[in-house]
Formats: sequence, structure tokens, C-alpha cells
Amino acid sequence: MPAVHDRGGWPTDDPIDREEHEWADWERQTQSLRTVLDSKGFMNVDELRRGIESIDPAEYETSTYFERWSASIETMLVEKGVLTPKEIDDRAKALRDRWGYPS
Amino acid sequence: MSAAAVPKLEFSQGDRVHVKDMTPPNHHRTPWYIKGRRGVVLEFIGMYVNSETRAHGDSGMPELPMYRVEFEQTHLWFDYTESPSDKLWIDLYEHWLERDE
Repeated sequence: MPAVHDRGGWPTDDPIDREEHEWADWERQTQSLRTVLDSKGFMNVDELRRGIESIDPAEYETSTYFERWSASIETMLVEKGVLTPKEIDDRAKALRDRWGYPS
Repeated sequence: MSAAAVPKLEFSQGDRVHVKDMTPPNHHRTPWYIKGRRGVVLEFIGMYVNSETRAHGDSGMPELPMYRVEFEQTHLWFDYTESPSDKLWIDLYEHWLERDE
């Protein structure tokens, strides 16, 4: 049984969704953040992939592409001691308290 | 790919190889469906940073030889129904390959 990310060739009867979709602002920010963290030497693209591969399989299945990026960036910054989970959670809560949940 | 000197290469064009059937715990980009399968080396495509160590905080140096390897689609997929001459090309690090006689 291949790992959840090792996706090529998995059987499915579903058609492949080739529709392009509009980028959400937070997706652009996630992309930008990843690029900045790479250029500053905090994490590289192989670490991004490793972080994605470490996502719990059930969570992986229900996550979107950039949700996986976001989870991996958090994993890497915590692993490297740049941020703590509490710092991230506190900041997320403060932003939600101020702006509410995205619709 | 850098201009670093190319070391002695283990494989050359036309060599029959198979992919090691292993699943190391570290990050690796060799997909499951190619492991243990037999193919033919098309060409050496250059020296590349080792993403398998670079994914774990290492520099990924030294760079490793990478080869483009060709596989018969009918060898990879038992239920393959397209043209029997279809091929898959995939780029693999040297350390994933073993020579077949």
C-alpha cells in the first residue's frame, strides 16, 4: 500500500478535474511565504514535500493543495524552532477574533 | 544541475536495469509503481542535488548522477489498454538502479 502522497496510478472511476480555479488571497500568501522562507534559508522545497508527506493520511485526503502547503510550512517552522505551535495558534486566534472566519 | 565534475558513472545508454524495491523512511520521490520494475537507461541527464537528504535539513551535497529510464507501460500496469508500444520515461537517481544482465 503506497503512502497517501504517492498518488500516481491509484485506481479511480472519477474523471480528472482539469478546471483551473481562481486563487484565493490566502493561497497567494501561502505561495509567497514559502518562497520567502526558501530565499531566506528557512526551508527548501524538499522539506516542503517531506512536511506534506508527514500529514496524517485522513487529513491529507480532506485537505486542499495549499492547505497541505500551509500545514507543512507550520511543521517545518516548528521543527526548526522558528515558531512554537502556541505562537501560531495564538496568532491565528487573534486574527480570527479580529476578522472572523473566512466565508 | 551544476557544472560539477561528473564522477565515474555506473550506467550508460541501453543498460538494462531494475529499480530497487525499497521504501526507506526518508523522503524520496521514486513512485511506488516503478519499484522493482525493469527498464532501460535512455541517457545520463546530469548531476543533481540529493533531495532525499536535503528534505531532512542536509545540504543535499554531493550531487548524484540522474538517469532517464524507459519502461514499457504494459510492464507497469497489468490492465493497460492503450497502445502496447507506449513508454514511460522517468528520471531516477543512480542509487535507485541495479543492473540486469
